[in-house]
Amino acid sequence: MYIIIVGGGKVGYYLAKQLVEDGHEVLVIEKDAAKCQQIADELGDIAIRGDGCEGTTLESAGTGRADLFIAVTGDDEDNLVACQVAKNKFNVRRTVARINNPKNEAVFKNLGIDTTISATALILANIEQELPSHPLIPLLTIKGGGLEIVEAKVPSYSAMVGKRIGELLLPQQCLITVIIDEEGVPRIPNSDTVVRAGDEVVAVCRCESEDALRAVITTPAEETNER
Amino acid sequence: MKVVIMGCGRVGTELASILDREGQEVTIIDIDPDAFGQLPADFKGKRVVGNGIDQDVLRQIGLGEVDAFVAVTPGDNRNVMASQIAKHIFGVPKVVCRIFDPIREELYHGLGLETISPTREMARMLKEALEREPGGKG
Repeated sequence: MYIIIVGGGKVGYYLAKQLVEDGHEVLVIEKDAAKCQQIADELGDIAIRGDGCEGTTLESAGTGRADLFIAVTGDDEDNLVACQVAKNKFNVRRTVARINNPKNEAVFKNLGIDTTISATALILANIEQELPSHPLIPLLTIKGGGLEIVEAKVPSYSAMVGKRIGELLLPQQCLITVIIDEEGVPRIPNSDTVVRAGDEVVAVCRCESEDALRAVITTPAEETNER
Repeated sequence: MKVVIMGCGRVGTELASILDREGQEVTIIDIDPDAFGQLPADFKGKRVVGNGIDQDVLRQIGLGEVDAFVAVTPGDNRNVMASQIAKHIFGVPKVVCRIFDPIREELYHGLGLETISPTREMARMLKEALEREPGGKG
């Protein structure tokens, strides 16, 4: 495969190194002369100096015949534009962008980038899974009844996302009483209400089923789509 | 008309002042808190310190309810990204994006953004001025 990498920083360097070892034809586009030189010294003649968002640079890089175009600079806006130019001007079939702000994932998808990778989101997901108690915040224990009111934010990886309340397998005697969306608007859900990533869910549940409720909220969705 | 201007440099400042004097509801946003110094003392619009390519910031300033968005930061890519977020995510009816690089400007114009390339416009104006003037005296 012919693979173009925009950005010759640490991510771009190690990516290029691995892809060369795997036998691919690789070209790195990097603005900084010193970084270009370092890549040339260590990995061979596979780096050109230039702006990976500029049509002329991409033209001379032979972007038209690239099988894969990967933008891994430290700036989300540069990665977006590089991929959009590659896709729209050079008809590259597959573009991959590194994003730093995990919330840009939806924006990039919406604007035609095939795949986004966010180190921030991966680290966050790991932290959230390492800390199982993190998503559920007890608000109030209802004395005598063994019930408590808890609050949790629905993580973006949760299997709940996109499901109707009626579809969820909630523990017995557990009621989702209020959902507060990302804009801060509270709603009383019915069984047709769809859960979205970032929703704050307020629920009443039995104290002993707290773990089961936590599992419903934090179990990741199965990997159905490419990431 | 409610207008958001991203980038409080010379052009952003000038545009914000004109619109404010006309009585429009202006919000000007810049990543640098010191950028607002050139705005006139009687500027009635809102000054917001923040990153215009961060959706959370754009949501906080109520981008979903504005009539127009103008991107005039010094970075072409920043302008392109913010304008696309304003148009495609927040559905702002009128979005204008400054892109210095004429090649990139052509591409994004073709993709449906309303764009202005100061480079191309300036070259055109200079050429017109050259053709108009009889030439300097020696």
